[in-house]
Amino acid sequence: MGLLRFLAERRSELLLLTGQHVFLVLVSVGIAVTLGVPLGIALVRRPRLARPVLAFANLAQTIPSLALFGFLIPVPFIGGIGVRTAIVALVLYSLLPILRNTVTGIQQVDPAVLEAATGMGMTARQRLRLVELPLALPVILAGVRVATVVSVGTATIAAAIGAGGLGTYVFRGLATVDTRLILAGAIPAALLALTADGLLGAVQKSARPGRAAALLAGATAAIVLLALIARAPAGTRPVTVGSKNFTEQVVLGEILAARLEAAGFAVDRRLNLGGTSLCHAAVLDGQIDLYVEYSGTALTDILKRPVTPDPAAVLRTVREDYARIGLRVGSPLGFNNSYALAMRRADAEARGIRRISDLAPHAATLRVGLFGEFLEREDGMPGLVRTYGLRFGVPPREMDLGLLYQALASGKVDLVVGSATDGLIAAMDLVVLDDDRHYFPPYDAIPVMNEASLRLHPGLLEAVESLAGRIDEQAMRRMNYAVDGEHRRPADVAREFLAGAGLLSR
Amino acid sequence: MSAAVELLEVHKRYPGGALALDGVSLSVPRGRVLVLLGTSGSGKTTALKTVNRLVEPDAGQVTVLGRDLRAWDPIELRRGTGYVIQEAGLIPHFTVERNVGLVPELLGWPEERRRARSRELLALVGLDPARFGALPPAQLSGGERQRVGIARALAADPPLLLMDEPFGALDPLTRRRLQEEFRGLQSQLGKTVLLVTHDVPEAFRLGDEVAVMDRGRVLQRGTPAEIREAPLPGFVADFIAAAQP
Repeated sequence: MGLLRFLAERRSELLLLTGQHVFLVLVSVGIAVTLGVPLGIALVRRPRLARPVLAFANLAQTIPSLALFGFLIPVPFIGGIGVRTAIVALVLYSLLPILRNTVTGIQQVDPAVLEAATGMGMTARQRLRLVELPLALPVILAGVRVATVVSVGTATIAAAIGAGGLGTYVFRGLATVDTRLILAGAIPAALLALTADGLLGAVQKSARPGRAAALLAGATAAIVLLALIARAPAGTRPVTVGSKNFTEQVVLGEILAARLEAAGFAVDRRLNLGGTSLCHAAVLDGQIDLYVEYSGTALTDILKRPVTPDPAAVLRTVREDYARIGLRVGSPLGFNNSYALAMRRADAEARGIRRISDLAPHAATLRVGLFGEFLEREDGMPGLVRTYGLRFGVPPREMDLGLLYQALASGKVDLVVGSATDGLIAAMDLVVLDDDRHYFPPYDAIPVMNEASLRLHPGLLEAVESLAGRIDEQAMRRMNYAVDGEHRRPADVAREFLAGAGLLSR
Repeated sequence: MSAAVELLEVHKRYPGGALALDGVSLSVPRGRVLVLLGTSGSGKTTALKTVNRLVEPDAGQVTVLGRDLRAWDPIELRRGTGYVIQEAGLIPHFTVERNVGLVPELLGWPEERRRARSRELLALVGLDPARFGALPPAQLSGGERQRVGIARALAADPPLLLMDEPFGALDPLTRRRLQEEFRGLQSQLGKTVLLVTHDVPEAFRLGDEVAVMDRGRVLQRGTPAEIREAPLPGFVADFIAAAQP
């Protein structure tokens, strides 16, 4: 019953996210039908084109959705982050079933009926309108039905690029290891899918599917139009704050956003974006105006420079290199979020492991869990293994950041690579191993801002700089735990912190 | 009496190589019934389809209602020609009434006139318009569907009817009854009819004249009595003999 109360408490946000979700699906499937049905008709007429076009649609369908969103970010006009990109991706996914069913639906019309229609003196257009389309309609509708249900599911991923929708809860829940949040996103999404499936199934089976489909299309167009009117831009462009997809980043995003709002800016939150490269691409492109990066991540992962242990040198290099690509690096916020290798306390004590260098003799029997980024990065796994001479018996398991600690707690892995400010380290009584050979570079939290945005929004830099040095490791770990451990909302935690620091007024 | 339909040395080879028409010449006088009789693959259906341009001949001349075929707009030609095919070829999602009124609909008749005409024709082919008009074709028996197919062909009162195995898919009793009704209708309406069948008794029963076809050629042409009494030795004689009980 906890879940029901949880949902009831968040009903207005839930309603908003559901609305966004429905909007994404309706617009996408609407566009896919508008494109797919005429294209399908054209393909029946020109069979030579059918193979390459269907092959392309097939290919688009097989691209993993997060990867497709990633591909679209740098593409001009249709790409970027936000609703537009999500719609483009969803249209690509919806196209195949609609296209394929239009082609099959028309092809399976009885040739004897077609010949009779021709023999009666129908023109090609009349044959299409009066005979082929009506007879193909049930099959086309089946395609629309599949496309819609798939879109409801895929649209949850759209939250990763800041398009909103119920996936926002799912991602937030994954990031904060909060099952209720995951369910709060997943259950309404499943209900939406069932509703859409039932509705389109009823249209398909109705006595006059043509009229029912027309009715449904009309209703869809009306809803989309109303939503567009409701969304119409309200004057000046707001400041867009981004964040990566883990708790600390979301909290930092909320802190930036609330601080800017306190300073009088209108703020658009694009939190929980896919990852480092996604956020970097977005701020470079002006899709977001600012987000919080870590100096070591910027140095090695983005600038591809060698690892150095000196925090001041790292910051200087990042600041200079960023200035050349139109990005401003603000003053450090005050904490260093280095990587942390964590183990269950009992396990670590039994094996006598306190430092990373103690790992070497045990490496063969340890199962490691880490997130994908760490495996690839210059300052990640390869260097760690080299520096400490580790030879793990089983290859490390990649998993979502949010799932790491669950896996450690449930004994699925024995060692996780997390970050020093993870709230769950304290909450779960984990041991953090000492980086005794100083392998990890400094990871000072730094606001990264687009230069053009600073010119566009006077006073933005000052508002951000007011946070310089105000968040230390302890404060950050506490806030992370408030979200991860106590399941409080990042926005509330952020406001509370700002209020305590006297930063909620101009 | 001038010919309503005339084929002169018509040739047709299908893509893929099959020779369907190998110099077919025939004519149908106005108001008469010519039956094309032959086995499947004899080219009789292809010959019929050249008349409403569902098949374009490779060579030769086709004249319909006094005009060279190439001078006809195919759409106008087809709307002015009644066309009946095996199993009727009714549009499955149209009601019986709309099927019957299809050509008038394409010709843009006002709805009232169309419906009145549909009912008149349903009654003419022996179907109660009140009972059958609103049904989808799938709810009719084979014989009833075939009657609807004939009513549809007659709807716009075309001077020329093309009938491709119109009674082919029916049981013997129903077929016999429809054949009788067709003869009655024909004596009443006086259409020019080109009818294709593989059934020898049907050909003799319905045709004013019969043309026997094999391998894309017309082998013999004459009244039913002429062919019955003096079939050309060879294919025609064998074919006619094989049909005797």
